[in-house]
Amino acid sequence: MKGLPLGNNGGMNVIVCVKQIPDPAAPGALDGATNTLKRDGKLILDESDGYGVEMALQLVDAAGGGEVSLVSMAPNGETSGLRTALAMGAAKGVLVSDPALQGSDALTTAKILAAAIQRLGGADLIIGATESSDGYTGTVPEQMAEILGLPSVTFAKKVSVEGGTLKVDRQTENGYDEVTCALPALISVTAGVVEPRYPSFKGIMAAKSKPVEEVTAADLGITPVGWAGAGQKISNVAQAEARQAGEIIEDDGESFGKIIGFLENLKVI
Amino acid sequence: MALNNIWVFAQASNGAPTSATLELLTKARSLSSNVVAIIGGDGASAGVLGEYGATKVYAINHGSSLPGVAIASALKSVIDGGETPDLIMFPQNYEGRDVMSRLSVKIDKTVITNNVDISDSGDGVTVVTPIFGGNTLVSTTFTGAGPYLAAFRPKSFAAESAGGAAAAVTAVAVPDLGATGAANVTAVHVEETSGPKLDEADIVVSGGRGLGESPSYALIEELAQLLKGAPGASRAIVDAGWVPYSYQVGQTGKVVKPTIYIAAGISGATQHMVGMKGSKNIIAINKDKEAPIFGVADLGIVGDVHKVLPQIIAALKGR
Repeated sequence: MKGLPLGNNGGMNVIVCVKQIPDPAAPGALDGATNTLKRDGKLILDESDGYGVEMALQLVDAAGGGEVSLVSMAPNGETSGLRTALAMGAAKGVLVSDPALQGSDALTTAKILAAAIQRLGGADLIIGATESSDGYTGTVPEQMAEILGLPSVTFAKKVSVEGGTLKVDRQTENGYDEVTCALPALISVTAGVVEPRYPSFKGIMAAKSKPVEEVTAADLGITPVGWAGAGQKISNVAQAEARQAGEIIEDDGESFGKIIGFLENLKVI
Repeated sequence: MALNNIWVFAQASNGAPTSATLELLTKARSLSSNVVAIIGGDGASAGVLGEYGATKVYAINHGSSLPGVAIASALKSVIDGGETPDLIMFPQNYEGRDVMSRLSVKIDKTVITNNVDISDSGDGVTVVTPIFGGNTLVSTTFTGAGPYLAAFRPKSFAAESAGGAAAAVTAVAVPDLGATGAANVTAVHVEETSGPKLDEADIVVSGGRGLGESPSYALIEELAQLLKGAPGASRAIVDAGWVPYSYQVGQTGKVVKPTIYIAAGISGATQHMVGMKGSKNIIAINKDKEAPIFGVADLGIVGDVHKVLPQIIAALKGR
């Protein structure tokens, strides 16, 4: 994929992949007929994606120009989560909404989002979250990078662009690695990489009129999608064995003794 | 279906295979007699990999390239050369996820992540994934032809030596990565912690948002030290920058199964519970009696961590 030219106007164009999910505060449920997560209520911007949107806005700001665009895939033409990201400061978006997409696996999702990114003409940098808060497969950004033929730096916890080169502190099991990468590139950012801003009233009003193009999988030329393309089928859903409820007591100033007694019983002190 | 050939993505730390690697090899050899370990570097750990069931090791030296694209490209070249595994097992961690994601596109096969079990029946290969904080178990069966790509959470299987001989090592070259190889590691930073490792400790003491302010985390560290355990943390305080990511217990952090888990000021979000529900004994201290953490606690104290923790610490010091 060809990135937009860097340096001509000192600007930088960034595309952020955002997911609109059911409110995580509400208990999740599976649709009894399809065993897919119920997404028929109001959807919100995945909190994990707020970090990517904020990161993109800061990078564009630091570059002195350019814009932030969004791509998203959601049922029923849902745009409420996209509007939140637009209110934060993104300029425009592409929404892929198509009943045929229900049951799509991570690989199909990556193909769809990569095609939506190409529809926007690509960018200098693509940003995703490390994983969504509802499905948490955690593979989509890296799969998109491969589809788009881009280098990638996953699990970025600190990001800057210096002289057209991406510099990232990448989370590892034991600490972090410093990684450099030429643009265009893709990164996935961890929660906490930046503090997402709250949309201002002005931002919320402006977001109502920002352009969101709605397309189908067929518009993007991706087939088959949904269950037909998934390469997997759900064969059983069961309740896990529940833990026995324990003893819960209100602290009366002496209940630390209960804990000491519990530890003594287990012979660890 | 018969699994004639299973690949396991192996990793080493300080020259020794990780515990997750040994768990996957143990499970793999129960499913197939032909188990190949894939590892970055020169394959120096082939002795232990063989002991746990690998019959062959593919060693892929990726230099300063990030392993995801480099190792996936090397594996694609092996597959293109005519060797097709039926199943490739990955650990659910950074490197595992990156390699499987890149490879899934290269061979156009689906991935199923976050699994805790796998079985092979006459009807196909089925993996089990916990959802909704582990309350519900979903079984998913791969359809169509392999290779099937599956990632497993740490501690899903017990690691047991098979007493096998050292595996033969074959070096596999990384093909030219073109533009995708542009990311390079320029420096490595290790964040040292004293005491037992979080995911191996017999006692874990974790703190969360209920501690109020960052300095209060010192209570967690002091209690962990007195109990010869490891300090842990909820995602909320890692995101807030109180402690490094390596302290995080949960979905996106470490999975722990200690004898005793003490959760102080942690409400018990799904994301956290997934990482600690397997603990043998759970003690929770939280001021909100409706907190979900009390649903899994063997002993729950509804109270202020700033009062209860210093009392426990004083009592332990006085012994």
